[in-house]
Amino acid sequence: MANISLLIVSHSRDLGAGLVTLLGQLAGPEVDLRHAAGLGDNIGTDATFIMKQLAHCPHDNEILIFFDLGSALMNTQMALELVDEDVQTRAHIVDAPLVEGAIAAAVSARAGMPVEQIIQHAREAKWMEKIPKEA
Amino acid sequence: MLTTSAFVAFIQAYTNRLDELQPLLDQLDNQIGDGDHGTNMTRGFHAANERLTSTPTDDLGALSQTVAMTLLSSVGGASGPLYATVFLRFSAQWKGQSQVDAKEITEAIVQARDGLVVRGKAHVGEKTMIDVWSPAAQTLQENPTVSGLLKAATVAAEAAVGTRELVAGKGRAAYLGERSRGTCDPGSVSSAVFFEEFANVIVGGVEKTPWPTLVS
Repeated sequence: MANISLLIVSHSRDLGAGLVTLLGQLAGPEVDLRHAAGLGDNIGTDATFIMKQLAHCPHDNEILIFFDLGSALMNTQMALELVDEDVQTRAHIVDAPLVEGAIAAAVSARAGMPVEQIIQHAREAKWMEKIPKEA
Repeated sequence: MLTTSAFVAFIQAYTNRLDELQPLLDQLDNQIGDGDHGTNMTRGFHAANERLTSTPTDDLGALSQTVAMTLLSSVGGASGPLYATVFLRFSAQWKGQSQVDAKEITEAIVQARDGLVVRGKAHVGEKTMIDVWSPAAQTLQENPTVSGLLKAATVAAEAAVGTRELVAGKGRAAYLGERSRGTCDPGSVSSAVFFEEFANVIVGGVEKTPWPTLVS
């Protein structure tokens, strides 16, 4: 089983930090959680911050990256081009809703699932019905 | 001919123009995006300008790299990685050189255009900065001389004004569909100003387009 890092890329530092706190409750200590959120005190994303966080992930971890919108993706792609090839091969940008997708990934990672399945669960969060149908 | 001191002068001149045009760029972006293009660009290029003056070097590649990395960490929106891509392509093209001629400038502009297409995944006609970079790069390719640079600046300005009639296919403006028509793309305007100041630093005597009366 590969060790997993979840990296949250958001325009808002509060959102990124808050989501990491929330994920910490669900993922347990064995999942590495971090964010590259905000542009200092401003709203925005910062490719150099993303690069730094990628470099800080434990060196044999598979890294799953969740992003909020628009330029968060562009900055993530930019950052991935500028880091070492070793990091590139371990990093996966996940096409999933930020909160629900990251939660699905955290729970799946804690359960020790393989990385492909964790990504699959995160992607499926797109279609998750949040309000159960009444019986 | 572009020297390192001309490059630094270009960044300075472009920053000054962004200062003047910040309200206009924000206003355009407010109409079809999230309203911060002028603010973001001004913040980014001020930071780049400061970094350049504090780290002198005679390598155009290193200077371009410094601008790119500074923009990445200070712009915040999509224009950060897009303009950073431009300067990273310049950096790759001009590595180790203290001055480049019109041919090498042309090659760098063409590379930058290609980089923007890859980064933004946009095509001509989608109301993005590609609508300016593409015809400007082509103009230079057809005439890789200083007079080609002047022509590219004119073509860039016309193309930026022309984005008014386009419907956005990328970015936040795409959500507006037909309602994005009627406003010039702010990234195209900042790109046209880029070509204007670039040509002015290298050739001189370029007339400043009166953007506020032209596009607002």
